[in-house]
Amino acid sequence: MSELAYPPEAGAAPVITRLSGVGKHYGDTTVLENVDFTVRRGERVALVGASGTGKTTLLRLLGGIEKASGGVAQITASTSVVFQEPRLIQALRVWKNVLLDDANKPDAKTRARHALRDVGIEDKLSSWPVSLSGGQAQRVAIARALQRNPELMLLDEPFSALDAFTRRSMQNLVSKLWARYGFGLVIVTHDLEEALILADRIVILSQGKIRHEMQVDLPRERDVTSPEFNALKRELLSSFSLTLT
Amino acid sequence: MRPVIASSWLPAMREPALRALVPLVLLALWQLASSLGFASDFVLPAPVSVLAAYRELWQSGDLQEALKISLARAALGLLIGGGAGLVLGTAAGLSKIAERGFDTVLQMLRTIPFIALVPIFVVWFGIGEVSKIALIVGAAISPMYLGTYHAIRGIDPKLLELGRTFKLSHANQIRLIILPMALPGILVGVRYSAAISLLALVAAEQINASAGIGFILNNANQFQRTDIIIAGILVYAALGIAVDALLRLLEHKVLVWRGAHV
Repeated sequence: MSELAYPPEAGAAPVITRLSGVGKHYGDTTVLENVDFTVRRGERVALVGASGTGKTTLLRLLGGIEKASGGVAQITASTSVVFQEPRLIQALRVWKNVLLDDANKPDAKTRARHALRDVGIEDKLSSWPVSLSGGQAQRVAIARALQRNPELMLLDEPFSALDAFTRRSMQNLVSKLWARYGFGLVIVTHDLEEALILADRIVILSQGKIRHEMQVDLPRERDVTSPEFNALKRELLSSFSLTLT
Repeated sequence: MRPVIASSWLPAMREPALRALVPLVLLALWQLASSLGFASDFVLPAPVSVLAAYRELWQSGDLQEALKISLARAALGLLIGGGAGLVLGTAAGLSKIAERGFDTVLQMLRTIPFIALVPIFVVWFGIGEVSKIALIVGAAISPMYLGTYHAIRGIDPKLLELGRTFKLSHANQIRLIILPMALPGILVGVRYSAAISLLALVAAEQINASAGIGFILNNANQFQRTDIIIAGILVYAALGIAVDALLRLLEHKVLVWRGAHV
């Protein structure tokens, strides 16, 4: 895994994934309409919006899990996804869940150990998934995504099933890993504070369209108690309310 | 405060004791009925007579020989029938084309009571070993097929999507996700198939058996040895319980991930 001292500055970095005029329909139902969206190398983007606004569908298009119905989607092949549920294979030990089809390669277990150390649960290397807590299971899912050394990491409401304390420590973990490895990051969330903690740019969706974008001009490490953070939170909240009408 | 003794050994002993209670009571009633002369020794020989019959069969070596032959029949039938069920169930579980190809036929087969096949199998395969094994094979296929098919179709689609998202090859998806996650259901199929193989064994051994437990039963019937008939029937029951216990143990060992707290 390549370690970067600092993630490259967004803006100057090359675009790794671009959607142009993309739409997604299921039969007569339009889920996404005419979406233009880019992610640059090392950029952190949060997709927010009420339920059923197409944020998860947008993420699935970015991950190549679903194909666009229209428009042009140029997506990087190097993506990893962390889903809302950990999606661990219960019949495989933790380290095999991390490696999947890489488990037969030489030094496999060492690689799994490194990946699990990154997420702080090296001691669970040989555990069965059933014995993990919700937070630990999601850490394994992050290690599994990280192990692939992705250019773009996609997180689909990854912490919404966790309690507030665990959620906060998972947010810190993702920030730390991003600072270390510099992957591009797109996170779907309905938690506006989480969006402000984890993203440099926040995209608000409503009824299948991008309604608003906001830059988060805060230091890399977010201080949720600072007046600047709270001012942005108010601004985001009011933009968000506008999209609901 | 509860007595210490109650909390230490009673709970541990309670379950086996409860399980043994009803059989023991039945056994006592049976012996009592014989001793008091309610049932003639011809209609219902006393438990001690049945025990004596076992000793007789064991000392002549007939029981050991018959067990070996009967178990070999059941095992061979289970192996072939269960194997075929596993292969067909896997194919139908993985491929819609395969499912459409032979699912209807197998569902039809399932609705035929295997005992109804005895006359036609005698016509086709004669009264030798082939018709006996064929009957067990026919009985063992369906439970294994259904168990495997439903186990594979029942895998969480989200896990399969995970496999696609992480770009696993088709072979690796089967190896890493489908087979391990289908194993519990497949093992249930094995247990049903094994149980029904033993049932089919009993039916098959009624076809002119010249060896095996069924042969002992037929002989005893001709010589009006009710004690040996009952002894033979109880051997079938013991086989059923033993095979099920063995497979449960196997399940426990193989599916350690289900309840593990390591």
